[in-house]
Amino acid sequence: MDGQGATADPRLQQFIEVESQKQRFQQLVHQMTEVCWEKCIDKPGPKMDSRSEMCLVNCVERFIDTSQFILNRLEQTQRSRGSISETMSD
Amino acid sequence: MDGFGSDFSAGGSGGKMDTGTIMEQVKVQIAVANAQELLQRMTDKCFKKCIGKPGSTLDNSEQKCIAMCMDRYMDAWNTVSRTYNSRLQRERARM
Repeated sequence: MDGQGATADPRLQQFIEVESQKQRFQQLVHQMTEVCWEKCIDKPGPKMDSRSEMCLVNCVERFIDTSQFILNRLEQTQRSRGSISETMSD
Repeated sequence: MDGFGSDFSAGGSGGKMDTGTIMEQVKVQIAVANAQELLQRMTDKCFKKCIGKPGSTLDNSEQKCIAMCMDRYMDAWNTVSRTYNSRLQRERARM
């Protein structure tokens, strides 16, 4: 009972929501940095050149596009083929 | 680090821990976790870029390469963070 009082604290609840969202952002930044580093950085030089910088920007944009495209397409195929369980068991 | 478990259980047995203290401690834990994540990924990437054949020591040119790689990795991290953030702003504005 006492433990539940802590989680029901609205200030704490809001804090957890905000921090979770920040953490999802951070996590994706870590992940995309890793993926785009592989794609864009050949040999690390004394300065970040503008070509690598541009590549990183495009890489992030296209990564997000890809993720949204996949999500949309999955939703579409799901809708036209019925429930997800049917599609998965096919 | 023995902070996490012990501090939280202390709230149950003894006096109740106030929300502010919990939030402060969670923030510290999150910052530590993020630093560790960055350290681990950076070590991975820079080892891969800079250490071709592991020798008996970390030689001078390898150290120079690692130092540059660290700086570039931080640059890349910041660029990715900035780009992702402005993308989120744009999408929020469209809604």
